[in-house]
Amino acid sequence: MAALTVSPRTAEPRTPSTGPRTRGRGGRRIRDNLTAHGFLLGAVVCFALFSWYPMVREFVMTFQRTRRGRTTWVGWHNFIQVSHDPAFWQAWRNTVEFTLLALVFGFALPFGVAIVLNEIRHARAYLRILVYLPVMLPPVASVLLFKYFFNPDSGLFNAVLRVLHLPTSQWLNSAATAMPSVVIAATWMNMGSAVLIYLASLQNIPGELYEAAELDGARLLRRVWHVTIPQTRLILSLMLLLQIVATMQVFTETFLLTGGDGPKGSTTTVVYLIYNYAFNFNNYGGAAALSVVMLLVLTGFSALYVRLSREGG
Amino acid sequence: MQRTDLRRLAAAATVAVIGLSGAAACSGDKSGSDGGSGADGSAPLDRNAKVTITIDCEPPTTKPVQRKEWTDDIAAFNKIYPNVTIKSRDASPCEQPAAYAAQLKAGTEPDLFYSYFTDLGTALDAGQVTDITKYVTPETVPAWHDIDPSVLHTFSDGGALRGLPRNNYKMGLIYNRKLFQQAGLDPDKPPTTWDEVAADARKISALGNGINGYGEYSAANTGGWHFTAELYGLGGTMVSAGGTRAAFNDATGKQVLQNLYTMRWVDQTTGATQGFKWPDLMTNMVTGKEGMYVGAPDDITYMVETLKGNYADYGMGPMPGGKGTLLGGDGYLFKKGLTPDQIKAGIAWLNFELLTPGKGQFDWARKKADGLPVGLPEPFLFTGASAEQDSRNKAASATIPLANYKEYVGTQVPGRVEPPHAQEIYKVLDTAVSAVLTDRNSNIDHLLKTAESQVNQVLANS
Repeated sequence: MAALTVSPRTAEPRTPSTGPRTRGRGGRRIRDNLTAHGFLLGAVVCFALFSWYPMVREFVMTFQRTRRGRTTWVGWHNFIQVSHDPAFWQAWRNTVEFTLLALVFGFALPFGVAIVLNEIRHARAYLRILVYLPVMLPPVASVLLFKYFFNPDSGLFNAVLRVLHLPTSQWLNSAATAMPSVVIAATWMNMGSAVLIYLASLQNIPGELYEAAELDGARLLRRVWHVTIPQTRLILSLMLLLQIVATMQVFTETFLLTGGDGPKGSTTTVVYLIYNYAFNFNNYGGAAALSVVMLLVLTGFSALYVRLSREGG
Repeated sequence: MQRTDLRRLAAAATVAVIGLSGAAACSGDKSGSDGGSGADGSAPLDRNAKVTITIDCEPPTTKPVQRKEWTDDIAAFNKIYPNVTIKSRDASPCEQPAAYAAQLKAGTEPDLFYSYFTDLGTALDAGQVTDITKYVTPETVPAWHDIDPSVLHTFSDGGALRGLPRNNYKMGLIYNRKLFQQAGLDPDKPPTTWDEVAADARKISALGNGINGYGEYSAANTGGWHFTAELYGLGGTMVSAGGTRAAFNDATGKQVLQNLYTMRWVDQTTGATQGFKWPDLMTNMVTGKEGMYVGAPDDITYMVETLKGNYADYGMGPMPGGKGTLLGGDGYLFKKGLTPDQIKAGIAWLNFELLTPGKGQFDWARKKADGLPVGLPEPFLFTGASAEQDSRNKAASATIPLANYKEYVGTQVPGRVEPPHAQEIYKVLDTAVSAVLTDRNSNIDHLLKTAESQVNQVLANS
């Protein structure tokens, strides 16, 4: 990609300039980067058409309603309508429940696995592949696998529990256990990537710190608490926020495992509700309004992420 | 600028232009048509006008026999109308609700687009449907007067006809004859009341080995769909006369949920696994794990053709309760903005393929020769002479055991159309059905009250 390298001339120190000289330099800069601009054009147009324009259109649609092919302006009606929907608060409760459970399992577990993998001296590559393998499986295949595991009549999990003489569970078939079951499947499907990121971070910790801790008599847990966690604080914070932003948008797992709603609507998430408004209720205004509410919530977390990134950078 | 830079720029511009062309190609699909004279709806299609129409729901290549029949029919149609070009779009299933809603929003549906009866409202709200009333006459559709008025009603809006039907069905009780025999039940006498269904389900479940006596859907709108059918069976109604208020929160609605609750938690004849959606129960039945469920006759076709079951193993009885049953079906709507000649060509094709006894989908002799099943009690689009002719043709070519559907066909159960905004209402009621099947402590009164409030909101916003 030689075309994308910055010309040494663009890196020259700026000097006070007269008008004609500025135009000359500007023109030369454009000419120098013309190829790069050419390549960029396609991407910019695609983003504009398929990302930015739909976003703007979505904001407009939050204030519109279409009936019998006619679109009218309805002010805040769509926001009021979705906030009065009994499913609205249930969807938020479910989404927060999923996010919190996903943080307990999907955030802490990969970190623990990464620490263990980092400590192991043998078969490292083999174990890493093993941990990453679920990420490489198509999500639908993984979900179908877990659907079988969770089957209360003939599934693997209950079979194991019966062998161990432990009480069985209804898994996806009970409002109380449906969401935790989804979290288990989602954690298994997605934790490989997080483990690799944590591993990379752990391997950047200077060995001397651990040696010093060992000389001071620190055992594994104390080494983790006093060396590992402080040294990976930044990456942990960033992953935490990324995890929150990602898990709050959960859709695929619940949609495929429980059909979206789950028992008594126990797995109805905000994104699934948006999907429902658009494609089941044919209410694009309501879907757009709910999307904007979701966007505002996630923007708060994203702003925090940007701030942490800057502090870390 | 150096020559290398120029080449790079040209390459980059080419990439950008190709990308843009692709985007433009994806963003619209204008069907070609030369139009022609034809503003007069009663006038026949001008044979000199070159017309092109696009249509979806062409049988997929995974169904080679049905695909060949479709292609052959187009060739035969073109002998009559050589001026009409039909461009078919392969689709299976014919309608996927999310894709259907999205294409309507984008206006990218074909000229004649497949639609469930329940989705006319969605298509109208999107402003994508043409009024074809003046084009449909006994000249353009000779069996016009014999088409069941209740079927035409489902594709009408405010007195205007918006589409033509392809298939219709009446819900009933599908049962596994093999399991009936094993459980000591008479396979020729399916249950006709919910008490009998529960009693038979207990006997079938007693066979053990993971066999469930009765199965019920509760996800992806199918729970509400079945709730409606079962409510009709008990004589209830979904919405008020004007279609403005929910009307299922009464003793009948409660009875529907109570029946399911009893079978799930008291009799334990439905199994612990729930959250089923179409076609999960068919899979269970083909694997010999399901005794009964509420369904439509074409489920049996699916069980045999796709899931490799045997026609001899399945039977069908009337909707338990017998006071009514749900009518459903599908057909084609006409896209907004078609030229009169395109509308006329579309009606001519649909008449040829879907609405003429002895031809197209009603060519039972050909279906028999092609090894396809003949004899299922659907579609039943016609009344009068056309219905009699179709029945004779079907009986003459029957390939499946008609006796297995004797109770279903012989019991007169009044058919009732789906409620307005059916899919939205079904979605709301999924939650109530799912609740009684997954929560032993379900409060049926509360579930119905919540559903009623949500449905009222759906209707108020429509």
